[in-house]
Amino acid sequence: MLAFIAKRMVAIIPVMGVVALFVFLMLRLSPGDPASIIAGDYASPADIERIREQLGLNAPIPVQFGKWLWTLAHGDLGISIFTNLPVSKLIAQRIEPTLMLASTTLVFAVLVAVPLGIIAAWKAGTWIDRAIMIFAVAGFSIPVFVLGYILIFQFSLELRWFPVQGYTSPFVDFWKFLRHITLPTVTLSVIYIALITRITRASVIEVMEEDYIRTARAKGQSERIVLMRHALKNAAVPIITVIGLGVALLIGGVVITESVYNIPGLGRLVVDAILKRDYPIIQGLILVFSLVYVMVNLLVDIIYTLVDPRIRY
Amino acid sequence: MIQTTRRALLFAAALAVPALALAAPQPAAAEKVLRVIPHADLKNLDPIWTTAYISRNHGYLVYDTLFALDENLQVQPQMVDTWTTSDDKLTWTFKLRDGLNWHDGAPVTAADCVASLRRWGARDGMGQALMDVIESLTAADNKTIVMKLKEPYGLVLESIGKISSNVPFMVPKRMAETDPFEQMPETIGSGPFKFSKEEWVPGAKVVYLKNEAYVPRSEPSSGAAGGKVAKVDRVEWIYIPDQQTAMNALINGEVDYYENPPPDLAPILEAAEGVVVEVNDPLGNQGMLRMNHLHPPFNDQAVRRAVLKSIDQEVYMQAAVGNSKFYSVCNSYYACGSPLETDAGNKLVTSPNIEEAKKMLAATGYDGKPVVIIQPTDIAILSAFSLVTAQRLRSIGMEVEMQAMDWSTLTSRRAMKEPVDKGGWNIFHTWWIGGDITNPVLATGMGGGGVERAWFGWPDDPKIEEMRSAFARETDAGKQRALADSIQDRAINNGAYGNVGTFFVPVAYRDNVKGLIKSPVQFFWNMSVER
Repeated sequence: MLAFIAKRMVAIIPVMGVVALFVFLMLRLSPGDPASIIAGDYASPADIERIREQLGLNAPIPVQFGKWLWTLAHGDLGISIFTNLPVSKLIAQRIEPTLMLASTTLVFAVLVAVPLGIIAAWKAGTWIDRAIMIFAVAGFSIPVFVLGYILIFQFSLELRWFPVQGYTSPFVDFWKFLRHITLPTVTLSVIYIALITRITRASVIEVMEEDYIRTARAKGQSERIVLMRHALKNAAVPIITVIGLGVALLIGGVVITESVYNIPGLGRLVVDAILKRDYPIIQGLILVFSLVYVMVNLLVDIIYTLVDPRIRY
Repeated sequence: MIQTTRRALLFAAALAVPALALAAPQPAAAEKVLRVIPHADLKNLDPIWTTAYISRNHGYLVYDTLFALDENLQVQPQMVDTWTTSDDKLTWTFKLRDGLNWHDGAPVTAADCVASLRRWGARDGMGQALMDVIESLTAADNKTIVMKLKEPYGLVLESIGKISSNVPFMVPKRMAETDPFEQMPETIGSGPFKFSKEEWVPGAKVVYLKNEAYVPRSEPSSGAAGGKVAKVDRVEWIYIPDQQTAMNALINGEVDYYENPPPDLAPILEAAEGVVVEVNDPLGNQGMLRMNHLHPPFNDQAVRRAVLKSIDQEVYMQAAVGNSKFYSVCNSYYACGSPLETDAGNKLVTSPNIEEAKKMLAATGYDGKPVVIIQPTDIAILSAFSLVTAQRLRSIGMEVEMQAMDWSTLTSRRAMKEPVDKGGWNIFHTWWIGGDITNPVLATGMGGGGVERAWFGWPDDPKIEEMRSAFARETDAGKQRALADSIQDRAINNGAYGNVGTFFVPVAYRDNVKGLIKSPVQFFWNMSVER
């Protein structure tokens, strides 16, 4: 196992290299010029050129890429063109809200979706199953921002239970944190609840038709024990796979949820940076997101071995 | 084992919570806080390095100016106490008022101001024009600035009292010596608020703290001039890019002031309890249709005039703004409501007529080749302007190709001087805030400096450049006025650009906010919150 993890960790380096090259080229070859934005409407072409020179944007693309790789090799993500602050500092300022939102969303989604999926499988074909599946289809269909606005209208403006926007760290005021994070978590969770519920249901139904389930029933074990001890454990691999894949979806969902609820996280940082063409921030964030995604995939592979002893690396 | 782990976690959390609570600065309970949703995110702290209006507004909180425009757009002294001009109008002497100190406690000196003016003069258009006529700029003593000119210049005070970007803000000499093309490393001013750097989270929050040592002028606050009295302890800018969320936050009382709600949200805000919506900017913003004068068909004055004839401001404003409370129809190139507003040259544009424009276009050599309109779809008002222009041009017989993009792409695309088939463009739209177009020198869009010196679109009209230069050098107000009229007359008839109307972006605030200052620029002194 350790050898597997070490091999996968080493494989991350070329993966990140390809991501870095791809992101860099995409940004440099797409239209838009931060120097023009900085210079503003009154600037002369000479002023814009001088700013481009100061920012190093006039250098050949391979030179720019080489410089960036050099700073990366020193553990430095670069300096934001607009704020003049280190990208690592900007990410550090914003990472906590995003991590909190992603964590609460994943936990809430799993806690709700897995039981719902099991119940749907257990009661397959009944009205309970159909009701849960209708909810799952609706969950897939409602865009995150629409659901967000509906929840804000009902629970913030009408009932005044939760604030409209903002974020408070749980380390500063846990009660305030809960008030701020509840609606975004529910909003972002719905699509994952729908996804995980459907997969859990399908996996459990498939497993329930296996011989060992029939054997368990024949031994006189209760339906609850059959479901929880035998069916769910064997259905876990696809469920964990979907949860892992969901992290990629989560990164996209966080961007929208953070905008709707004005949470100062990484999602909003990347959107702002793209609109302003703040290359170092975009490059740094995509690298970080890619790294997270690769690590989550590794984690999922490791968890496979814990839930299914047949899997060996 | 599980209990041990849980205890350890609780212990760690118990230690972490107070530590992190201490790490994050929080306002004291009794502090008066004004919570504002600004119009944009503050990304740059140096208002000379960038012309972004949000950096200018930041500058007004932190820095001070030698002169400033009052609500009637008249120049008034601000950091300056008294000033004199020699009989030949070549030597200007400014004496700083008492009680001026930087936020780090050091006194403001004339040498600081000289260095600040030089840095501003290296970047700002009006500053560069002023520097061209300055023979020497020196500090005679700690409080006296002496400016010697090569020739009389009519816009000395108007330049250093300029209200909008780039504003000549005063900074300590060590900061002013920063290369004008690099950002200043510190944010130390002498204005009514101090910037709280440790609380700045770009993209989310900016905090300003009352400068207890600031000595305001004794006159009442008026525009950018008069006494800048900080009536709250903290001003917090909470950036909320989503307009719907910003509106909801104001309605829910989570913020006190929303700087730029889009006019289409105004009816909901007006209906909300405890929310006031009003226009606070007397000059508004002028919409601009800019044609590329370098390439066909708009290198032909007759084609440009046909386009101007087709512009119906009412149609543009209805499409882009909708609510007639928030726009006006006014053809002056100078900001409507400003001292130089004029009807000169308006005959071409006061009675828009599609049929007449069609005939005018037919009489030109327009070959039916599609004109490319670059449309910034991420800015609703400009996107609407683009759509209206496309429809109007089609109505007069032009072929039109729309190219959608975001504003950032447009800013680099519009700088391209090549023809359309090599990545150029024919038309784009923008707007100017009223404070930026109060005279022909400021109003860059009227200029005719050609491919080398003119603003994007590059009109080439040496005569108009001569007239703008004469305006700047004219010291008699009456003659300046006559020149301004002639410049507008010539610019409109040359089809410098299309004025598609004046619109006003309202402000919205909780009814416990008092002391707003009427101005084309947003100021935060004099404002208070009653809780």
